[in-house]
Parts: sequence; structure tokens; C-alpha cells
Amino acid sequence: MLKAEIRITLKKAVSDPQGLTIKRALESLGYQDLEDVRIGKFVVIRLRCKDINSAQEQIDGMCKKLLANPIIEEYQFKIEEEGRTA
Amino acid sequence: MKFGVVVFPGSNCDQDCYYVVSNVLRQQVRYIWHKDTELGGVDCIILPGGFSYGDYLRTGAVARFSPVMKSIIDFAQKGGLVIGICNGFQILLEAGLLPGAMLRNTNLHFICKYVYIKTYNHKTPFTCLCKNGQVLKIPIAHNEGNYYIDNLSLEELKRNNQIVFRYCSSDAEVSADFNPNGSLDNIAGIVNKKGNVLGMMPHPERSAEKILYSEDGLNIFKSIIKWLDKK
Amino acid sequence: MITPEVYTSLGLSEEEYNKIVNILKREPTITELTMFSVEWSEHCGYPRSRKLLGLLPKTGKYKSLIGEDAGGIVLDDLAIVFKMESHNHPSQVEPKQGAATGVGGIIRDIFVSGARPIALLDSLRFGTLSNAYNRYLLRGVVDGIQFYGNCLGVPTVGGEIYFDDSYNGNCLVNVMSIGVAKANKLVRGIATGPGNSIIYVGASTGRDGIGGCSVLASQEFKEGEEKRPTVQIGDPFTEKCLIEATLEAIDTGYIIGIKDMGAAGLTCTTSEMASAGNSGMEVELQLVPRKEQDMQPWEVMMSESQERMLVCVQKGKEEEVSRIFKKWDLHAVVIGKVTEDGMVRIKDKGQVVAEINAHSLTQAPLYDLEYKKPGYLEELNKLDINTIPEPKDYNLVLLELLSSPSLASKEWVYEQYDHMVQTNTIVLPGSDAAVLRLKGTNKAIAATTDCNSRYCFLNPYRGAQIGVAEAARNLVCSGADPMGVTDCLNFGNPEKPDRYWQFKNCVEGIADACRFFNLPIVSGNVSFYNESPKGVINPTPTIGMVGIIDDTTRICSQYFKKEKDAIILLGSTKEELGASEYLKTIHGYIKGDAPALNLNEEMAVQASVLEAIRAGLVNSSHDCSEGGLAVALAECCISFKERMIGATIDNLPFEIRMDALLFGETQSRIIISCDRRYLGKIEKIAKRNGVLLRIIGETGGESLRILHGKSEIINLPLNDLNRHWRGALEKQISR
Repeated sequence: MLKAEIRITLKKAVSDPQGLTIKRALESLGYQDLEDVRIGKFVVIRLRCKDINSAQEQIDGMCKKLLANPIIEEYQFKIEEEGRTA
Repeated sequence: MKFGVVVFPGSNCDQDCYYVVSNVLRQQVRYIWHKDTELGGVDCIILPGGFSYGDYLRTGAVARFSPVMKSIIDFAQKGGLVIGICNGFQILLEAGLLPGAMLRNTNLHFICKYVYIKTYNHKTPFTCLCKNGQVLKIPIAHNEGNYYIDNLSLEELKRNNQIVFRYCSSDAEVSADFNPNGSLDNIAGIVNKKGNVLGMMPHPERSAEKILYSEDGLNIFKSIIKWLDKK
Repeated sequence: MITPEVYTSLGLSEEEYNKIVNILKREPTITELTMFSVEWSEHCGYPRSRKLLGLLPKTGKYKSLIGEDAGGIVLDDLAIVFKMESHNHPSQVEPKQGAATGVGGIIRDIFVSGARPIALLDSLRFGTLSNAYNRYLLRGVVDGIQFYGNCLGVPTVGGEIYFDDSYNGNCLVNVMSIGVAKANKLVRGIATGPGNSIIYVGASTGRDGIGGCSVLASQEFKEGEEKRPTVQIGDPFTEKCLIEATLEAIDTGYIIGIKDMGAAGLTCTTSEMASAGNSGMEVELQLVPRKEQDMQPWEVMMSESQERMLVCVQKGKEEEVSRIFKKWDLHAVVIGKVTEDGMVRIKDKGQVVAEINAHSLTQAPLYDLEYKKPGYLEELNKLDINTIPEPKDYNLVLLELLSSPSLASKEWVYEQYDHMVQTNTIVLPGSDAAVLRLKGTNKAIAATTDCNSRYCFLNPYRGAQIGVAEAARNLVCSGADPMGVTDCLNFGNPEKPDRYWQFKNCVEGIADACRFFNLPIVSGNVSFYNESPKGVINPTPTIGMVGIIDDTTRICSQYFKKEKDAIILLGSTKEELGASEYLKTIHGYIKGDAPALNLNEEMAVQASVLEAIRAGLVNSSHDCSEGGLAVALAECCISFKERMIGATIDNLPFEIRMDALLFGETQSRIIISCDRRYLGKIEKIAKRNGVLLRIIGETGGESLRILHGKSEIINLPLNDLNRHWRGALEKQISR
């Protein structure tokens, strides 16, 4: 079983009011060294697939077609054998 | 002429749209289930508001892959009229029938209230009964109405007169003060280049009867009827 | 082996355990024990309240329906179904999901009868906003309600929010829902007809909320307890699909009965449907769709996973009904059948793991509890008004009252709720009652929730009566004739005699008031154990009331409509400050007695206003409640922000103390505004009803001015009033 971990974030050019609000909340808790906070999505997909290349192609396709909206989001992912510790 | 109101799992303004078309305007209308591929010979498609697929992942992201969408894209490419209201607008954006994308409201809250929108293009099938610059009082109810598009494409929208509505004051003043959700350039509704597909965040079906605070939304439905009548 | 540890951890007493052994004539299995523990818990079985609840009237001037999950009123060929429920303890622990699942649960109770849910109202109470956790709770609860309600497409059209120290450690989330159905198409929560099938529909079953009902709702919060795992997670998208599928399925006519799996999940539905139908039921647990591995039978029976229902279907029609649910991507599995032996028989992999007589499960033992008037009340009720200094600056007092969180505008909250979906809302949030049209008729219904818990704390009997009177008054101000009542009774630990005394008196107060107004209580809910080391809540018997407006052209709302209208005060004003918001906010006391209530005078004032509105004579109508006359007048001026209209008030009954006149909370008073040419007609109506009528001033201008002869007691520009009133809540929350 292969496990893909996908990170989807807003493009740099797009403003992130959620991130800003959370940055302010953290600052109010005393954390002063914050440069920036961005909020994104984290998707874990387990694939019944043994070939990493095929898996990469599939995951890339999923991101392009559905998981990320290319107008406002970008994505990165990594794929590993399930059970292997990072 | 016939209207079609598409129903996705999670749509919740479908019955309201149906009611306006059948009971208020006394026109023929049918529901189109999201799994249907036959549109039933309709002249105008309404994609209603709601939370299709619970707004999961991104609003409209899953609905745009429903079987019915292929037929709707086909219909639109052939010049058929399509109006996407709120979640319907979001689905049209995800499906690429309209350019741009929706972000979360800048105040991070759902907002339900009456707003004013100014008509910038009164020559579309959806606004042909409106005067240039006419102010309409129509309510909004959404979490993601913050319209976004890159600068180059925004210029193109302006060049082609694709921006149909902008948020404004009751006196037609357009500024950030009257923009409820932070949308770029105070945009509340746009059309595609051909002008046959409209997306708008406010809900005209909620202001189509005198008993409901405003009848201004009726202008949009009546414009569609007039346009189809002429053809 | 069942040891005392086992049954006490489930919330059962030794006495109750012995009763169970007696009923079964043997030791119970673990599954049976857990089933009894949830069915006999306070939340499901009402052992400590059922006796007193029997006092509440079930009939009234309109035909009432009392059902298993919700009740209602029959109006021509329609049934207006409504109910209120609490989700207090879960919301205190996890406010967003607690409130969300509260909405989910009450909505299911409505559509399960075949009625389409058309409205939600919520009555919320929190501790003071100076405490950060209370701010977190308020934000979380509002978020939960909007998250669930908006997605369902059911408009949240009204309610109330109050803040009081007694709710520190125990917030209250009471949610009310209203639905409409054709009266001859209603479905009950029963299972009958041996051989008919039992179908499970909706989401899968997991470990959510296990023990939530018996453990969480039936106990006080102890210091530092970690109860998070017992809160359920809601999925409004699944519920929306469930609404559509269920209404479609009921339309087929093949459904005998249907019940929502709320508190106590499968245990509750199997036993209550069988008991209500006077039949039995057999179910195989392996057929239940699961979302988690290795669930034990008792876990499946106790699970409170959301968005699930149990359906009793005519034999042979299972496929047709299941197809409808599957079309909406919901599980629909036949898991059992109806039997005729009156037993609830639960099997797991073919083995019987529970076999209990349905009635013995649903008839929880009744308890007679001790009650005693609390010692502190006698002293607390004494209030010498002469010891209260009169304010020097009434403008400042009015502004302070308007910006106090309980009285301030709740716009920040209701703008987060979709209150327009379904296009029935014809009086939007911000008026005395919400008004919803009934499509296909010329009629409309009005709805409100009301309770002043401070009155109930100082005088439970009268405070509870005032809740009923005020709800009726709010409906009448919208032009509606009250039809029926639902209630949500929130109290502390009933095993403590002073709390039980409060409960007993409140129930008696409600019963007497409803009988006087000839209104039935069609449904309701009791929530006990609302206390923690921080203290016990004020007795809070929330009243939800629905009224009927026969003609949609005769609807009224609370804000002034035109300049130069006459402003009339109906009802008499007494010199009383007890239990008032003014006394607490300005002077810091919760003291005195609840305001006096003369039900005959109340009825007369309401009858006069309703008659005048129906005759088309009234432009606006607003009752005096918290904050008194001055606050009510300010609200008449500013509640419609697009068109605020000032007023000059120069003819008040100045015989009493100025602060009592302006801020006292004397009951049975309504402010109306009307065109001057109708004054004569309105005066006649008031006279005929024996109601005191006084023309106190005129609408117009950009300020609210209250004059005593030549001196200005109040002179505030509308923009000032508005800024304080509308902006206060958001300011307090974002501290």
C-alpha cells in the first residue's frame, strides 16, 4: 500500500484572511516572532498500487483535476510505502 | 419557453427558484437531477444556491463533475442561457464556464443580509430590462463570495464588459465600504465573453415578491423571459 | 458478572439495577444493562420529571397533535409541527459540534413526522462575556448553528441570547424547529404489523457520543473532567440528503413509522417504536453499517452517530423505499422485522444479546423527589426601592443598557445565519417574533422563544408564567393569535431539594398560564443537572410559542414606520424595579421580586392590540420587556437601520419614580404607533377591553427625546443609540 501526503496552499498572490486572523491570535498569546501564517489543506490518500511512478502520475492528476484549484491554489506531495516512518 | 432548475445533493435554493419561475412568473419549469444527462429541451438553465456536496473540499468543486454538467457545458457552448446563483456561480467557476475563483469572505463569516448591486452591463439576456447603472436591492447569503481573478484577466473582463454587477450603496456609490465580502473590484456578478452565461452571488429568487422586502430580483428573471421571447 | 462498578459507571443506582433484575428475572447482559441505562436516563426516560410534566395541558383553542418525536397544531388541512430541545452539556464541552448536532437532532424530530422543516429558532444563554471561555462558547455555538442550519437550507429566523453569571460553567443551547405537512400525511414513530420490515437509513454507526446521553446529560460537570470524546460530530450534508430522501419515501405511503436516532441511538428507536406500536422488534446488529472496526454489540446499541433513522416499512416494499435513500447516497439496510411478542430482541451474529420487554424499557421508574424553598429567597425578595439611588444622567443609563450584551442588538449573530432561504421569512430577525408565510395560503405563522431566567430565579412560579405571557405578547405584536407551545426546561440537579422546588414551581406556573391562555403544550424537553463547581444555572424554563396570522396583509413589526404617527402605551406602569436589567446593570443587584403579573390585564392588552392590528389600524407594535419602556422606545426607533425614525415622548405617567417609569419591567405593556386618524378607533377597542390607553408622544425627527414638562430626561441622536446598540456585541466578543 502506498501513502500519498498532499499539501494544498493558497498561491502567494492570493490573500489569506484566515491566516492573518490566526497570526493575530497567536501574537495575542505571546508569540512575537511570527513572520507569516498561511492556512492550507492536508490530504492523505492510500493507494492500492505498488509502482511509485504510476502513483505519482495518479496523484498529480487528482490534484490537477479536483483537489486543487489552479487559479488560487498550488500543491506539493510526497509518496511512500505505508508503514515506513518519515 | 422552459426553464430547468438543476438539483445537486445539497442544493437548497432549488425549490425557491422553481417557485419564482412557476408561481410568480407562471412559466414552464422542471427540475433536472444532477445525474441526468438529458436537459429536457429547456431554454434556460438555473444553477441554484446551496451547499452542493456540503461544500466539501471547495465550494462547487465536486458538483462540477456531476454527469449533468457535461450537458450543461455543451448547452452553454451552443449559446443556451445559463444563470448560476451563489453556489451555482461557484460551480460555473469550477467548471470553467466563467473565469476566476471564489475565496472565503474576508471577515471569515457567513453573511446573510440585503445588499445593493449596480448594473454595469444592461445589454445581457439577464439584464436587458434593467437600465444602465440601475441599483437592485437583492440579498446575499454566503461564506465564499470573495471573487478573485488575476490582474490580466480582470483587465480582459473589463475590456469585454463582462462585469455585470458590483456591490454599491443605496445611492449607487461603489466602494469597499459597501462590499460585504472583499470581492475583487467589488464584483457581484459576471458573464462569459459570449454573454450567455451569468454568475451572481446575490439571490434574485429571494427578492422576487412584494411580500419579501424587495421585488428587484424579478428584473433578472423577466429579462431572461423577454430575451427568450424575442428569439 | 455485573458488579456495582459496572452499573454505577453507566449512571444506574443499586435500586434501579435491582429493578432490572426483577424485570428480566435474571442478571442482565452487558448489552441489556447499557440499554436500560440510556432509556432510563433523565434525558430519555424523564424519571424525575414525568410526573410533574403530566400537569401541562395538552389541549387548547386549536386542535393539537401530540406525537412521539414532535407535536403540533392542525390548521385547516395543514399540520404545523414544532419542538424545542436542549444540547447544553455537549455545547459546554465542544460548542461548535454541540450546537451543530443540537440543530441536527431537532430537525430530524421534525421531518421524521413527514413535515418539511421551515424554520429554526435558538435560545442561548452564556456566562458573562468578560470571561474568555464564555466568548469562545458564544462564537463556537453561533458557528455550530450556522454551520449546520445554513447547509440544511432551514432558515434560522429568531431566538434570544442572554448573559448571566449563573451560566458560567453551564451554557444553555435550546434549539426549536418548526415544520409543515399536510395533516393527513403525518407519520408516527411506531412499529406495527408483524412481519413488516425494520430498515436502517442514513450514515454509518461509529463510536460517537457513546454514553453521551446517560453519562453527559444526566450528571453535573465535575472539576477538570475530560468529556470531549462523548460529543458527536455532525454532517449537515448527509442530513440534507436525509431530509429529501425521507420526505420522498414518506410520499410513497409504504412507511408505517419512522423515528430519528438521537439520544441513545438504536436503543431508543427500537424500544420506543416497538412500545408505541404495542409490538415487538427483532434486529440483527451485524447488518448495521459501521464506520469503525470491532464494535461490541453494546457499542452499536449505544452509539449516537448522527444522521441515522429507523424506518418501519410495509412487508414487500423494502426495495422501493430503500431505492429512494440509495438515490441520495444514503445507507438503507433491512436489519430486522416487527414481531408480535412485545419484546425487543437484539441479535449479534445470530446470537441473542438482549431480550427485553419494550414497555419495561420505555417506562422508566418514576421518582418523587424532595422539594424545599431555598432559604435565601425570602431575604433576596425584599427590595426597598428607596435604597436605590436615582441616576443623574438618564442618557448615559439608556446607552449603557442598550449596549449591555443581553439587550444589545444580536445582528452580529443572525447575519451569520441564513434567515431567508425557502423565501418564507416575511418578518426578518430583529423584531418581536419571526413571521413565516405559508405558501399556498394567505396565512402566516409567527414564532418566538422567551424566558427571563432572573425572574424565575427570584420567583419561579411567576417567572415561568411571565415566560408564557411574554411569548404570547410577542406573537400578538406581530399580529398573530397564539396557537401552541413547546418548552425546554433547563434546571440544576433535581436531587437537590431547592433545585427541584424551582422545577416544580416553574412547571406549575407554565401549566396555569397555558390553561389561562387556552394553549396546549404539544412537545418539549427537560434538561437537568445544569450545574458545576462554578454554580447552578438560574431556573430557565424556555417557552417556544407559535401563532397564526390569518391574513398576510395584516402583519405587524416592532419599528416605527412613518413620521408624525401617534405613539400609544397600552397597559399600566407600576413602580417596581425588582429583577430588572436596570437594577443589575446599573446598580449591580439581582434582587427583589419578579414583576407582578395580572393574567386578566395581560389578556385584555393582548386582545386589544390583536384586534387593532387585524383592523389595519396599527403601524408598529412592540412590547415592553427587559430594559423597560425607554429601551423599548429606543428599539422602535432604531431596529430598522435603513429607516430609523425618532420620537418625542412628552406624556408619560410621571407619578412614579423616573427610573421605575423608564426602566422598570412592569408586564402587560405594549407600545403601538398609528396614523392619527385611527386614534379614535383604537381608543374604542381599548375601552371595550378595559385597557388603560395613553397617547405618550409622536414619531419623527432624528433623536429620541423623553420630556417631563420642559425638562429633557432623555435626548439622544438616533445615530448614537444605533451605534451603541448595534455595535455592542461584536465589540464585547472581539476583546
